[in-house]
Amino acid sequence: MVYGIGLAKGMSVTLKTLIGPAFTVQYPDRRVGVIGAARAYGMSTPGLIFKRPIKAIRAVLGFERVEVRPTQAARFRGNEFTWYEDRCTGCASCAKYCPLGIIKIVTLPGGTNVQEGESYAIDTFDIDTGRCMFCALCVEACPYDALHMGSSFERSNYQRMSLVLSKDDLIAQPKHPSTWFRPQMEDQDYSPFGETLDDIKKAGRHEMPSVEDLTQRWVEDRRTDVKDDSDEKAED
Amino acid sequence: MPSPFDSILYKYVYCTLSSTGDAECVGNGLFGGGLLPGGLEWLAFLLTAVIMVAAIINGVLGGVLLMIWGERRLLGRFQGRTGPNRWGPFGLLTPVADAVKTMFKEDVVPTVSDRFVFTLAPILMLFPALLIYAVIPFGAGTWMADINVALLFIIAIGGANVLAILAASLGSGNRYAMFSAMRAVAMLISYEIPLVISLIGVLMLSGSLSLVDIVDAQTIPFFIVQPLGFFVFLIASMAELNRTPFDVAEAESEIVAGYMTDYSSMKFGLFFLAEFAATIATSGVITAVFLGGWHGFDPIPSQFWFVAKMVAVLTVIVWIRASWPRLRIDQIMNFAWKALFELTLINLVVSGVLLLIWPSPSTTELWYMAGINWVVFLVSVYIFGRVLGPKHDPVRSGNFQDVTLSNSDAPALPAGGRD
Repeated sequence: MVYGIGLAKGMSVTLKTLIGPAFTVQYPDRRVGVIGAARAYGMSTPGLIFKRPIKAIRAVLGFERVEVRPTQAARFRGNEFTWYEDRCTGCASCAKYCPLGIIKIVTLPGGTNVQEGESYAIDTFDIDTGRCMFCALCVEACPYDALHMGSSFERSNYQRMSLVLSKDDLIAQPKHPSTWFRPQMEDQDYSPFGETLDDIKKAGRHEMPSVEDLTQRWVEDRRTDVKDDSDEKAED
Repeated sequence: MPSPFDSILYKYVYCTLSSTGDAECVGNGLFGGGLLPGGLEWLAFLLTAVIMVAAIINGVLGGVLLMIWGERRLLGRFQGRTGPNRWGPFGLLTPVADAVKTMFKEDVVPTVSDRFVFTLAPILMLFPALLIYAVIPFGAGTWMADINVALLFIIAIGGANVLAILAASLGSGNRYAMFSAMRAVAMLISYEIPLVISLIGVLMLSGSLSLVDIVDAQTIPFFIVQPLGFFVFLIASMAELNRTPFDVAEAESEIVAGYMTDYSSMKFGLFFLAEFAATIATSGVITAVFLGGWHGFDPIPSQFWFVAKMVAVLTVIVWIRASWPRLRIDQIMNFAWKALFELTLINLVVSGVLLLIWPSPSTTELWYMAGINWVVFLVSVYIFGRVLGPKHDPVRSGNFQDVTLSNSDAPALPAGGRD
């Protein structure tokens, strides 16, 4: 064997990286050359040069920028939470599981909501997202899928108090729930980007069945004589 | 005896100013020449020197800014990133922003420091790096001074940065700085020896210490004729520059920033500047001594060839920085004394014998020499690899004693407890 091969191998690895594309995603914008600028404005390269020469010159000099949105996973944990007040029973599981104790819930008796059992009327539901660490334990703890992580990240602010989400904020803000710990949303081909999810039936795993439904299911489970294709498919 | 008028820079500036009517000045000089009245040749001489120094130093500073940008961009690309690209076209203004930030930072001087030495060290570091540019021929006729001991001058001046590092660490009164200085001084002094001996082969071939004569002697670039000398010089000069993989003196993971730990503001800036200026100067020396200097083919001016070769050397240095991990200090010392030193001695003996056979080599004879030298290079590197390879590394072969201390080995605490 020849000594020094390892050094050459190391240098060839870096050389390959040099030739290949960079992994960096440039956010919020990216500088483009003439070809990139033409592609970004939906024109051909000669078209850009002749129709908008100033932009072409700027692109050659490296001054032209186009906006870039970073690629983001559907399970991204943004801390603007999505909360469905109709699903929430006020059990305060989220507040108990929060390691930082930043969720404040005040409830009153006499709530009405779609879940089984009794529920509370919610008076206060504050989340201090300025101290949130994105662990999503509150989302995992929620028994009725009322609380979801959000999908945004550009949430900087001038005052700490504006980072506290109140009940009204949570109700009013557009609902882009993340699919973190919510596989049922991914099953329904929901994508949190640009899409809002206002249907509370889609957001949760289950809803309270009616007495008729329960009876029907009990009967159907015991009818072994009628087994059609659709049942077999369902079993698969 | 070289005349100062061999330098085009000197000739044009001096002839523009002086009105003596030297034979060399006829037809040269702007505005018809002779701007100063007669009898003021001494002033013309001084002004010429000042103008040339200003031109070279400002060129060097601009080069340093470009190199900071280029190195960061290249390192980024070598690591799959883009590098700085936000400020100015292609990020070209990033080093300017760095410089402005450095100048406006608070200049902290530690209370335990020796203030005079602490302040002197960055200046000591920068001046040798700038002085080297005095003798580098940037192109045919484009040099500051063609002194007949240029190579010796470079080696002597380049050795002064040991002093600067020692002064910095002693002056700042910091333990990390002391560790760094001990490592740096041991390493720099060790690597001076192969650095100097590797140049002797070139010296014998060209018969002169002047860089201009050495470049003129290179009918074929000397790295082909002297492969062993070239590689040893490249490695040793990278150690002299404290660059990766020999950057134990400023190893971030072990001793913070080494001798630069306590420096801030423009003092740190001067260290930074000196490091990059020295890197560019070294690449200039390598270009002049081993890569054929300003020689190229014709329509393209010689200055371009020189700068292009310098940029190539700098790229290789950055490439090495991106690729190789840092060596341990014992590996570095072993490498200097057990490998490089002997390799340069082999090069010296072989070159001497070859010059006995062909006393004043023609181009064909230089090619014969190159062939023999390459065989010697490959064989000797292979043999040294066998002798000093990983099998003989004390740590990797398991031949070293691991001294594990227990709590009972610790000395007793003083009666008063810890302070």
